[in-house]
Amino acid sequence: MDRRESLRTLLIGGAGTSLLLSCRLDEDTDVSKLTDIKEREFDYGRTPAEEARDEALLEQDFYTDEEMKTIIVLSDIIMPGDGSKPASEAGVPEFIEFITKDIPSHQTPMRGGLRWLKNESYKRYEKDFVDLSKEQQIAIIEDIAYPEDVKPEFTQGAQFFSRMRNLVTTGYFTSKEGVEYLGYMGNKPNVWDGVPADVLQKHGMKYDEKILSRSIKPEERNDIEDWEGYEI
Amino acid sequence: MSFQIIEQSPKYDVCIVGSGAGGGMAAKILADKGFKIALVEAGPNFDPANPQQRTQLRWPWESPRRGAGTMRPFGDFDMAYGGWELDGEPYTRAQGTEFDWFRSRMLGGRTNHWGRISLRFGPLDFKRKDFDGKGDNWPIGYDDVKPYYDKVDKLIGVFGTRENIPNEPDGYFLPPPKPRLHELYFQKGTSKIGIPMIPSRLSILTKRVNKKRAACFYCNQCSRSCSVYGDFSSSSVLVNPAMETGKVDLYTNAMVREVITDGEGNATGVHYINKEDLKDYRIKAKVVILAASACSSARILLNSKSSVHPNGLANSSNVVGKYLHDSTGSSRMAFMPSLMDRKRYNEDGVGGMHLYTPWWLNDDKSLGFSRGYHIEYWGGMGMPAYGFGFNMENLNGMVPGIDGETKKAGGYGVELMKDVKRFYGSLVGMAGRGESIPQEENRCEIDKEKVDKFGIPVLKFHYKWTEEEVKQAAHMQDTFEEIISNMGGMALGEKPGKDSSYGLENPGRIIHEVGTTRMGSDPKKSVLNKYNQAHDVPNLFVMDGGSFVSQADKNPTWTILALAWRASDYLADEMKKGNI
Ligand SMILES: Cc1cc2nc3c(=O)[nH]c(=O)nc-3n(C[C@H](O)[C@H](O)[C@H](O)COP(=O)(O)OP(=O)(O)OC[C@H]3O[C@@H](n4cnc5c(N)ncnc54)[C@H](O)[C@@H]3O)c2cc1C
Repeated sequence: MDRRESLRTLLIGGAGTSLLLSCRLDEDTDVSKLTDIKEREFDYGRTPAEEARDEALLEQDFYTDEEMKTIIVLSDIIMPGDGSKPASEAGVPEFIEFITKDIPSHQTPMRGGLRWLKNESYKRYEKDFVDLSKEQQIAIIEDIAYPEDVKPEFTQGAQFFSRMRNLVTTGYFTSKEGVEYLGYMGNKPNVWDGVPADVLQKHGMKYDEKILSRSIKPEERNDIEDWEGYEI
Repeated sequence: MSFQIIEQSPKYDVCIVGSGAGGGMAAKILADKGFKIALVEAGPNFDPANPQQRTQLRWPWESPRRGAGTMRPFGDFDMAYGGWELDGEPYTRAQGTEFDWFRSRMLGGRTNHWGRISLRFGPLDFKRKDFDGKGDNWPIGYDDVKPYYDKVDKLIGVFGTRENIPNEPDGYFLPPPKPRLHELYFQKGTSKIGIPMIPSRLSILTKRVNKKRAACFYCNQCSRSCSVYGDFSSSSVLVNPAMETGKVDLYTNAMVREVITDGEGNATGVHYINKEDLKDYRIKAKVVILAASACSSARILLNSKSSVHPNGLANSSNVVGKYLHDSTGSSRMAFMPSLMDRKRYNEDGVGGMHLYTPWWLNDDKSLGFSRGYHIEYWGGMGMPAYGFGFNMENLNGMVPGIDGETKKAGGYGVELMKDVKRFYGSLVGMAGRGESIPQEENRCEIDKEKVDKFGIPVLKFHYKWTEEEVKQAAHMQDTFEEIISNMGGMALGEKPGKDSSYGLENPGRIIHEVGTTRMGSDPKKSVLNKYNQAHDVPNLFVMDGGSFVSQADKNPTWTILALAWRASDYLADEMKKGNI
């Protein structure tokens, strides 16, 4: 039995394989299919009040088209993809639009920061940031991307860039593409049986006898505990 | 406009206010004994298995804010309908004092998202005054509560290990899950300096306890409430089975304003406002149980004024609202270079830590403070949510890159993407949760000037930590640094110092507020007797954390559950004997 199959067997426990949410746990303990449920976008267990607020925010625009273009360019400079999609194709600009409305403390620094960047671009090259060559864009970014090493005239730009880096990074790594790129393996029915042996070995760790003898044995997980003979 | 209170027609044996830990337990025990019950809950109905309400197994991108805490303080997917501030339901604080009040309004209350840390108080915890001369003893001891802890363990399920540590009583434990990698590092660090670390004790089913609930499938999301009931929430584990007896009428969206009384001051039922039609209703019952959470129950009592009891019901002692106390909390984060570039595997595990540190210095009298704390740990390769990857500039300049060269902190592009990957799973943290000494002046009272949107007078809080708690937090911070350096980590951020009271969180922040209707043998100094029954009003009980005289460094819920069961048994007996 390969690992996938054996995991499934452990999760199923008793007989039957139908979808669990029918809720007859007494007859069917298969939780392996819990992830197969599909719903429409942004339908994730909200209360009616929460849903109404989300809908209202989704209908408004905070950024101008021009600002949005800059956000798209910056997103791809910060997360261009690494054998994966770039930020602009992973929903990052849309996320930044939403979160700016959702958390108003982002609004002034973001709007002001974008202005700062525009101003700096004109100062240096007489053009808006999005119209600069890649080299020119990078020249500005290099001046604001390292907060511990910023010339006094660029401190506001560096502040803005740090915020932008936060939003792009978090937006990217909470997108489907980003989670895959990161290699997060969870959020699904599983049977935890400890750290894999090769990892333990690499870190010079091991489970001692005490831990091993007391911990849950995966094959017993669907048994109903029997307190016969248990003393405290 | 006429003002009319609509009478609900059936008369109940028992009316229970609130469906959290205390209310759920009372409903289950009393329904099983055949009493006719009205369960009155201020929030909506809730069932984690209801697909419309389910947040478990959602991905961050299913939320437009990627799980940020704008709407729910612990994030979009957290299962608490509520938070520190509720629309139209304010509270106030006396000048110069702090208290943050967390409320969750839904069937099951805060037990739908709580941390499932399920600790028994030990023998010492009921009698701390005997030991250090501070605060007050409980009128009961461990032996009074032990049989009920045993029953709670078996009914609800909790994993752990029998350790035989004084004052950390063992229970009926399901087998624990094996530790995660960062937990083994923590254990290595703590063992070098003689600090114990043992399997945590969480009410999560590593094995099944009955046929209605499936075993945990290790998604790490207990805070979202489990759709197969693999963890303890009052809604699914207590209220559902209580409802199945056919003995319970559930009133949801019903905000109780006050307890109604007859001319002699006996409780006759409750008055509530239906949040849907905004009309006033009355439910009549032979017995009223308040379990609306410690401060909410105190508020209901203080608002239940009449000429017979002008300062509120069950308050001849003037103690209602006083001795409010929360756990202390202080925390620190660290970076573990040896946990960089980790091999990926599904490390979710149960919803919470697999190991923790119980208080280990009960016998040390030289600390300068007298009550202890336990330590909770976190870390691992968790699911990203809003905030993930923030402040990379504070990390990626700390250690050499793969090429051996240390880069300038910050940056962008492919290099930054690779850094996020490299550092994933290398951050760990720990938090102390300690016992405070209850003070009479720390209290909630009715604000004379303010009402909420239902017209109910609101609470005003007065709360200040004492030197005891500040010194305890300082000790926590020293301990954290020692652990971090012994596990090969680098502490992040500045060490919180005196100016920030050593990182001591505001009262209320640990969300273990209890003590507002404390029990005692002297009716002049306490609100309840040792069975959670009001001294002044024999047919009135309080079964939430209000009854606590002190709360140990142990999270309160397991004790709330045990005491609610014990009080329900007593109540049933008294009713059978005709005493109530
Ligand atoms: C994030 C978080 C983590 C926690 N982790 C732990 C932990 O690991 N271990 C632990 O022991 N404890 C933990 N706690 C604390 C735990 O949740 C509480 O101790 C427990 O839920 C208290 O139970 P209760 O019945 O007193 O109140 P609640 O669970 O708060 O329930 C009270 C109920 O009463 C209802 N209500 C309030 N006022 C009224 C009214 N006027 N009319 C009608 N109904 C009303 C509320 O809507 C609510 O449903 C945690 C809490 C939080 C928020």
